[in-house]
Amino acid sequence: MSERRVVITGLGPVSPIGCGASEFWTALLEGRNGIRTIQAFDPARFGSRIGGEIAGIKARDFVPKSYRKAGKIMARDIVLAVAAAHYAVTDAGLHTRCIIERGEAEGEPNLDVTRFGANIGAAAICADLSELSEALASATEDGRFSLRRWGREGMGNLTPLWLLKFLPNMLACHVTIVHDAQGPSNTITCGEASSHLAIGEAYRSIQRGTADVCICGGAESKANPMALIRQELAQRLSVRNDAPQSACRPFGAGRDGTVISEGGGLVVLEALEHATARGVRIYAELVGFGASNDAYAPSQFDPQGRGIALAMNKALADAGTNADAIDLVAPFGCGIPARDLAEAKAIRAVLADRAAEVPVLAIKGGLGNNGAGSGAIDFIAAVLAMHNATLPPTVNGESVDPDCGVTLSTGDPIDARIDVALSSAYALTGGQNAALVIRRYRGQDS
Amino acid sequence: MNRRIVITGIGWVTPLGTGIDPVWKRLLAGESGVAPTTIFDATTFPTQFSAEVKDFELKDFLNEHYDDYKHCARNAGFALAAAEMAWTNAGLNGSTGVDPEMVGVYLGGGEGPIDFDNFVAAALAGWDTERRELDSVRWAEAALERLSAVVELEQDPNCAAGHIACRFNARGPNFDTLTACAASTQAIGEAMCMIRRGDADAMITGGTHSMIHPLGVTGFNRLTTLSTRNDSCLTASRPFDRTRDGFVIGEGAGILILEEIENARRRGAPLLAEVAGYGSTADAFRVTDMHESGRGAIAAMSAALEDAGVQPADVDYISAHGTGTEENDKTETLAIRTLFGDHARTVPISSIKSMMGHLIAGAGAVELITCLLAIRDQIAPPTSNYANPDPNCDLNYVPNQASPCAIRIALSNSFGFGGQNDTLVVRAVE
Repeated sequence: MSERRVVITGLGPVSPIGCGASEFWTALLEGRNGIRTIQAFDPARFGSRIGGEIAGIKARDFVPKSYRKAGKIMARDIVLAVAAAHYAVTDAGLHTRCIIERGEAEGEPNLDVTRFGANIGAAAICADLSELSEALASATEDGRFSLRRWGREGMGNLTPLWLLKFLPNMLACHVTIVHDAQGPSNTITCGEASSHLAIGEAYRSIQRGTADVCICGGAESKANPMALIRQELAQRLSVRNDAPQSACRPFGAGRDGTVISEGGGLVVLEALEHATARGVRIYAELVGFGASNDAYAPSQFDPQGRGIALAMNKALADAGTNADAIDLVAPFGCGIPARDLAEAKAIRAVLADRAAEVPVLAIKGGLGNNGAGSGAIDFIAAVLAMHNATLPPTVNGESVDPDCGVTLSTGDPIDARIDVALSSAYALTGGQNAALVIRRYRGQDS
Repeated sequence: MNRRIVITGIGWVTPLGTGIDPVWKRLLAGESGVAPTTIFDATTFPTQFSAEVKDFELKDFLNEHYDDYKHCARNAGFALAAAEMAWTNAGLNGSTGVDPEMVGVYLGGGEGPIDFDNFVAAALAGWDTERRELDSVRWAEAALERLSAVVELEQDPNCAAGHIACRFNARGPNFDTLTACAASTQAIGEAMCMIRRGDADAMITGGTHSMIHPLGVTGFNRLTTLSTRNDSCLTASRPFDRTRDGFVIGEGAGILILEEIENARRRGAPLLAEVAGYGSTADAFRVTDMHESGRGAIAAMSAALEDAGVQPADVDYISAHGTGTEENDKTETLAIRTLFGDHARTVPISSIKSMMGHLIAGAGAVELITCLLAIRDQIAPPTSNYANPDPNCDLNYVPNQASPCAIRIALSNSFGFGGQNDTLVVRAVE
């Protein structure tokens, strides 16, 4: 049996520069920048005090009225996923339980909920430090923490459902409940590669016919002290605190690290015949997926980017194409000096003699790195560029590091017909790499 | 026609030990791995016992490679040791029979245990008692002094999969899933799909987890899902028994090598069993409860059977999720009864969680390994500590005594918090 074709029919980006496909695309075209001094907490003692945050996003605006109470047990990452799901499902014209109960559509669901899957990338979510610290502080004896007092009474100060706020699969759990997605479900926890791996796996499940529609991608917030300190300890962050908006410079000369961020994106993937039967807009066709691991040295990345290139080449082979066809590369590009260099080497290795002509869409200058959700945002940017046949400018892309040698577009948006685009990601820890290939949709017969 | 996927190697690190056959013997004898908790002082916790992995030295498994991985988290160490066993007994040591770019890893790997003492010290330094809020400046001051990059980064759930890739030069697709208690069943199912499609020739798959740390146990105790039978912890894990009062937390890892059958034959690898079917569904019902009809569990089991081309009546043994919580055991029983009809009354069903405790993300892999051992030795392991029949749980749970029987096809269930359901079907290689 041949595999089914899979198309992208809904986009739900949630990011510091804008939420929802239309606002996000406008923001990209304007070169909007979402990096500021961190507001969520006082970052004064940190080396890097800047990041991308999303103001005013609340679960209640994206769930049925009957589900608002559940907002109390949603960590920030979950709220972001629930928001992204609403944007994506709405954009795809799917009438899910949530959309119907919110009165945003009438009638019955317009899909088979048992064939509606979810693959969502997530982080090991950081516990709310305030909540946990207050409880821990209630279990001291003579000014020191007492585990015995904690067991006896301290832990009782945590809400009974405390653990469920932070389990990584709670993003998928809430999204599947809210939208009644009863099909195949999974949660991928591979750092910054999570979204790509989740989208790739959802793609496979539709190809082989276990689902007709999947909501997939990822979300994470690094805008909390614990996530920030981990990135700081790992020496990944820019310290350009006096110039937040020019701090993150993917592949740029003088880059000194990335910045933390929050956000994510979910996309709706759909079997082609399912999408055409609904008569829905098709953004692009997903045609290839590849994944790999650096397997370089324990807890170290490959400075030559060979693992990244392997994932890219696997995705291209899966798509039945090669580097000659690529019109756009949308990499992870986070601004960490050695990482960008390794990724650039991978891009150049894959593109070979076309490296100078193929544009690279690196959007983290205005967005920062939000971990498990970052790949979905990059992927959505590539889909929108293809769909709109336009290349948005690269924020902080004015001065490319010659050692990276990639081609960034700057200035005004450029008209660009994009037939094939390659989107890739890698985990900063763990060595996972993944790549996806999308193709401009040209109808059912081609 | 789907390509057939076989298991060619297995390894585990469990509360009952590490060698495949010694642990299997203990399971068949109904022994318990549960004891008072020693990893931390749990003497005032609602639950003071657990199923810990004892006397485990990563060095004993990694030998000359130990120094490369001695910095890894407890759960990753379990996974590396189990992978070492599986890789070796699949005959892959020093093998040139596989292309590294076509060898992948798919784990249900949990997060590493939190750096508790340092975390607490920073939390207390940062907590402003008067203003009742976290002073992030004071917190950062203490945290930057106490926390270490290596310990923090090694807690990432995908680290174990990365270490295994590195140790065995597995450059192919590499995934970690963390769907709570269903994770490793899911990982094995997805790994099977990848080989079937040709995205990999071999997969190192399974899961690993250790939540026996103060915050892990706190989380489950607050949810009131753990047994609190502190006075009789050896018999606390009582799946399907009327007096069950929650699960017993365990830790450990199970790793399997999957390969396409013709490749495995060519290599002369042991063909331990075939992974024939996989089903994954979501209840999409509630965060805390399973749907009372067991609809998600039924859908996962029937998807796995269909994928394997097997009828319910063909199933000879069921390894239940069987946690020993009031709700799971009742709902799982109902789901089995609904799907299997009359066959449900006779098919042997057991939960080795009665002896090993619940390995959380690692549970499904360890349970799948027992399924293939049950097929190998034609014997169903018991459900220990079973004494009091529950009218809601009225099936054949192989109470207390292992039961010799003909087993060709086995089904293994794993259900996770949040309504995640996963089922695998394995069958004897003929």
